[in-house]
Amino acid sequence: MPQTSQLRIVIVGHVDHGKSTLIGRLLNDTGSLPDGKVDQVQEMSRKRGMPFEWSFVMDALQAERDQGITIDTTQIHFKTAQRPYVIIDAPGHAEFLKNMVTGASQADAAILVIDAAEGALEQSRRHAFLLHLLGVRQVAVAVNKMDRVDFDEARFQAVEQEIRAYLGELGVTPTSVIPVAARHGDNIAGPSDKAPWYSGPTVVEALDAFMPSRAPLDQALRFPIQDVYKPDDRRILAGRIESGRLRVGDTLHFAPTGESATIITIEAWNHPETVLSAGAGQSIGITLDKRLFVERGHVGFHREQAPKLAHTLSVRLFWLVSRPLAVGDVLTLKIATSEHRVTVESITAVIDIEDLSATPGKIIHRNEVAEVVFRSRRPIPVDEASDLSRTGRGVLIDGYDVVGGCIVLEANEAAAATNLHAVDHAVTADERAAANGHKGGVLWFTGLSGAGKSTLAMALERVLFDRGWQVFVLDGDGVRGGLNAGLGFSLEDRAENIRRVAEAAKLFADAGMVVITSLISPLASDRARARAIGGERFHEVHVAADLATCEARDPKGLYAKARAGDIPDFTGISSPYEAPENPEVTIDTGTLPQADALATLVDYVERTFGANAATRRLA
Amino acid sequence: MNDLDQLESQSIYILREAYHSIDRMALLWSIGKDSNALLWLCRKAFFGRVPFPVVQLDTDMELPEVYEFRDRIAREWDLDLRVEHCPPESEMDPTLPPNTRAAARKTVGLRNLLDHGGYQGVVVGIRRDEQATRAKERIFSPRTLDGAWDVKDQPAEFWDHYKTRFAEGTHVRIHPLLAWTEMDIWRYSKREDIPIVPLYFSRNGKRYRSLGEKNITFPVDSNASTIDEIIAELAVTRVSERAGRTMDNESEDSFERLRSSGYM
Repeated sequence: MPQTSQLRIVIVGHVDHGKSTLIGRLLNDTGSLPDGKVDQVQEMSRKRGMPFEWSFVMDALQAERDQGITIDTTQIHFKTAQRPYVIIDAPGHAEFLKNMVTGASQADAAILVIDAAEGALEQSRRHAFLLHLLGVRQVAVAVNKMDRVDFDEARFQAVEQEIRAYLGELGVTPTSVIPVAARHGDNIAGPSDKAPWYSGPTVVEALDAFMPSRAPLDQALRFPIQDVYKPDDRRILAGRIESGRLRVGDTLHFAPTGESATIITIEAWNHPETVLSAGAGQSIGITLDKRLFVERGHVGFHREQAPKLAHTLSVRLFWLVSRPLAVGDVLTLKIATSEHRVTVESITAVIDIEDLSATPGKIIHRNEVAEVVFRSRRPIPVDEASDLSRTGRGVLIDGYDVVGGCIVLEANEAAAATNLHAVDHAVTADERAAANGHKGGVLWFTGLSGAGKSTLAMALERVLFDRGWQVFVLDGDGVRGGLNAGLGFSLEDRAENIRRVAEAAKLFADAGMVVITSLISPLASDRARARAIGGERFHEVHVAADLATCEARDPKGLYAKARAGDIPDFTGISSPYEAPENPEVTIDTGTLPQADALATLVDYVERTFGANAATRRLA
Repeated sequence: MNDLDQLESQSIYILREAYHSIDRMALLWSIGKDSNALLWLCRKAFFGRVPFPVVQLDTDMELPEVYEFRDRIAREWDLDLRVEHCPPESEMDPTLPPNTRAAARKTVGLRNLLDHGGYQGVVVGIRRDEQATRAKERIFSPRTLDGAWDVKDQPAEFWDHYKTRFAEGTHVRIHPLLAWTEMDIWRYSKREDIPIVPLYFSRNGKRYRSLGEKNITFPVDSNASTIDEIIAELAVTRVSERAGRTMDNESEDSFERLRSSGYM
């Protein structure tokens, strides 16, 4: 059987204007109800002592039938001669706005139902406004209950004019405005003889005239990473392409790290042919020619079409919960698969749905729409919704719940200001942690020369910084050039070197930062002293690679010199390295690839110093 | 992408979101056509492997073909199969109509499973078009510890963003097949050549359209003995899919009562 793609239609409008009735009638008049359904509805209506109630077809819940309202959105399938449809019934009642949004956001097109006698009341306007905000651009209007106004043409025209004017201000032109009496089937599947003055389409014809939405294949590539899988020796980056297209052989760049690599394969299971390209809407997995540090939330793109990396975003948002939103509030903004802590910097406009006027405000209440500026400490890979809708919109999360949604009007790529503040003892460690979003601490990297301490330290610093962390690397060589310039390499001087670095690291940690030290620090006793200085914030990281590996790497040529006898007391060759017995973390760079080593460390740091350190596993 | 590609891609997206955000997750496998397709989608999403346990809520009332199929597929697909035996009907809410009470055994079985398995999430292969209360479902549907579904206060769910954070004491049903129809499942099963329990195919003028326990599910009249014939039959039928499910039709709200207390 040939199958054209289904179209998803949301039915919206004010409570009691007849949405469910329209749907019941639509299903019935297109022959889409199963046998016995009409009898069942007849029985339900009879039991409640009321005339036949079409809305019972849709309202599945007892409470809905008893109260005669739709509580939650529902979906039902039906077919016209032209194609299959899914009808999404969206509750009109104000307190169920989150259910309306839930339904409407999935639609390709909408029918706005308006009572002919009452006209476009507040909920009709709110729904029309939200449809636009949610990205539903195709709208037809059904002016319902025409039987109640005797199919009066003048009344119809007045309502039509009113709604066209309002939609026009939103930038929406309805495809048609149809006079209907849903209860009696007028202008639903067939034309009505009661409104001979009307020559436009029936509701079914209006539906068939909608265009299916098309995947944004010809736009810039956005491939947000959902997860990284390692089913065997492959490392598969999994995700859904939100827009554009990618091909094997493409150079893929990632935001926010800026790293790049070449796509080697597009992985497919149970697929007869090799997949060479994939496009918007497809859930895929790819492998790269290099092991990058890529994780959930990173976004793959082509170099010439990069997303913005924004610290401030102007958004239009809708707020769904009773707790009001105020300037200064901190929320989680989730865009595609990336999540960011954002602060409400200002509320530039609260929009009045009735007349679309905008006034500045300090508070956004439930069900209101407003324009807001968010600030983020770390850069957010994002697009403006007018360019790319799917990566230009997001949801707001507070605690366990989705509390609102927003579309990005403007994204500003201002550089991050991460100044180190002077120590001020009027400020407590908790306050610093709250401001930074993480605790201060010391990650003490120890290991042989060439084990990869500095490389890992610098990479970790980069990742944490990009996440908005206060982080700094105290490198052994760097410290010896300044703070410890007067110290030599005698046993005593080495011990003093380590003591001073430990003290300096403690000061950084007191200042709220995560400080990463990178010193060979071969003696257990010296490290024990460093731990005593650092206290419970001290975490030892053993960057372990065996001597042969390090010597083979010999990045500074020191092993060669030591072997030649040019360096006396060289750790591992002519003086001992006492490996830590109980380090907090061990990273074997001899066997673990750099990207995995880094991921392990990032995970450890998040768990240990992150804002959600204690509750993280519940999330 | 055609419509089946779109459905497949969306379900994979959902499964991956769930796998990422839910620590301890299992898939409920009823061995029927929907959950078989769901397992197939898992194998696609995770490149051949189903990376979480697959649980059958067993009332010991399934038809022999079902058990046979279960054991074969579990072996061939290398599934981590766990069987949870449901408590007897005598322990069910006596105010439920009889067949609904029989079906409630699975609700309690599921509750027990969550208890001793410590699962935070279960993937369930229900579809909106099966039944009107299922049409109201969210893709990520939170439940209280005793399984209750608060249909009047479901989380907002838009633009493919789901509620994936939960307080202790709640769990979540994940519904990757909500948008699929019965017809979609059959067309997809045919396209992908997904194994099917033979009871779906006509024998002596009868076939199971919806497969449940032998005491409360009955075959319907049909001569469809291949997937193509089933698809042709569905294109013209006006009989609802769950017509052979007795508990749906006992009283106006019997299925709603089952669901709000935790039925799938």
